[in-house]
Amino acid sequence: MSDFLTDGAGTDAPVHNADAFPAPDHADQAILTAHRASLLGCRSCGRVWPEDHRTCERCGAALVPPDRRGLQAVWAWLLAGMVFYVPANLLPMMRTSSLGGLGGGGDATIIGGVIQLAGHGDWFIALVVFAASVMVPIGKFIAIIWLALVAGKPATVGAAHTRLHIYEVVEFIGRWSMIDVFVVAILSALVQLGFVVSIKPGPAAVSFALSVAFTMLAAQSFDPRLIWRGLPLHRRKE
Amino acid sequence: MMQQGEYDMKTGAGLIACPRCDALHVEEELPVGVTARCIRCGGVLARPRAGAFTQIIALAITTMVLVIAAVFFPFLEISRMGLGHGTSLFGVAMAFSDGFLAPLVVVILGAVIGLPALRAALLVYTLLPLARGRPPYAHAVRAFRLSEQMKPWSMAEIFIIGTAVAMVKVGGLATISFGPAFWAFIALVFVSVANRSFMCSTTIWDAIEDAGARTDGREMVQSA
Repeated sequence: MSDFLTDGAGTDAPVHNADAFPAPDHADQAILTAHRASLLGCRSCGRVWPEDHRTCERCGAALVPPDRRGLQAVWAWLLAGMVFYVPANLLPMMRTSSLGGLGGGGDATIIGGVIQLAGHGDWFIALVVFAASVMVPIGKFIAIIWLALVAGKPATVGAAHTRLHIYEVVEFIGRWSMIDVFVVAILSALVQLGFVVSIKPGPAAVSFALSVAFTMLAAQSFDPRLIWRGLPLHRRKE
Repeated sequence: MMQQGEYDMKTGAGLIACPRCDALHVEEELPVGVTARCIRCGGVLARPRAGAFTQIIALAITTMVLVIAAVFFPFLEISRMGLGHGTSLFGVAMAFSDGFLAPLVVVILGAVIGLPALRAALLVYTLLPLARGRPPYAHAVRAFRLSEQMKPWSMAEIFIIGTAVAMVKVGGLATISFGPAFWAFIALVFVSVANRSFMCSTTIWDAIEDAGARTDGREMVQSA
């Protein structure tokens, strides 16, 4: 392992980052990673430690090697998220009663609420709610499943960049699914006009919130460093 | 103490690994205004900005004031056929206080009020001495790590979008008037967006260390 500095002084030496900032190198000429150098990087503050370290001495975060075994946590959280997404769609999200039940009302599921909104002509809001509570969660499930399946498998450099990009989108967008839970809370707190109309939250709110939280945890436990692990080396050092 | 550009491939001292793709870089003390990007994935590694700490502190204190205002002032009011009903933020959370929905009360209070306020407090605690050039307070490292962990779970800006959606849903049904808490929340969203653009965790970790927190003996000294 000590032969890096003598042998690979050209492309394999770690890179100085302060004076010049070249665009990301898409050719990826065998970039030296912490893993290949038998070191372990801290994902919270970036400091590098020997491989047998378990906690980062600067920020106190746990050091985890970029290993496919870590994907078990991703699968577990993801499965929990998907399980709770089923009742979130089947059970009612909101219960409306108007004019003491005479003016109609009833239970609305997530999809039911979207259809109601669209029926009133509020197409834009219907689209926002549909995107936040149907398209985004299902898109996230598919994206995380795909990322976890291909993680650590060989890829081209271009494919790795695409995967990292998808991961960043999933990580960013996860929290926005909570919109629907907040909408239900605001409506039920606000629309309490006694006999005229009142809204109560339905059981789907809990399972939807849990589904969002578990999917966020799945995305957080995915290690993006795995995306790069399968890249072919131009020159093998090991 | 390490000198600029000095590194050790055995212990990893003086090196930085990109948290997204694991590429190794030699650590350097960056001049203010420069952005360091990962050579492989292009992710930002460090971005020191002049006066960033003072700005983060100012924004964090603003956040705390706004959260307190949002909690105590009325949030929204609705009226229809001579009947009216107002609610505060607590009222919104309490909408779930029935039966097995109760845990959601805690979730909403935490995500919308608790975590944003707590994060702001932790940031002030970490950065106040640093901005004045003093050594950090005890447990500053833990305080900052906690605030970093809470980041994805503080959802004030999502809540305000939720409010907009709810307004449209009720819109045709009744008249709505906005209370001061509503406007405090709108301001909070802008503050949190501004805060995000000033924050650079790597720079803060570095500053905590440079200011003389309990270290691992690896902090970099300016060679010039």
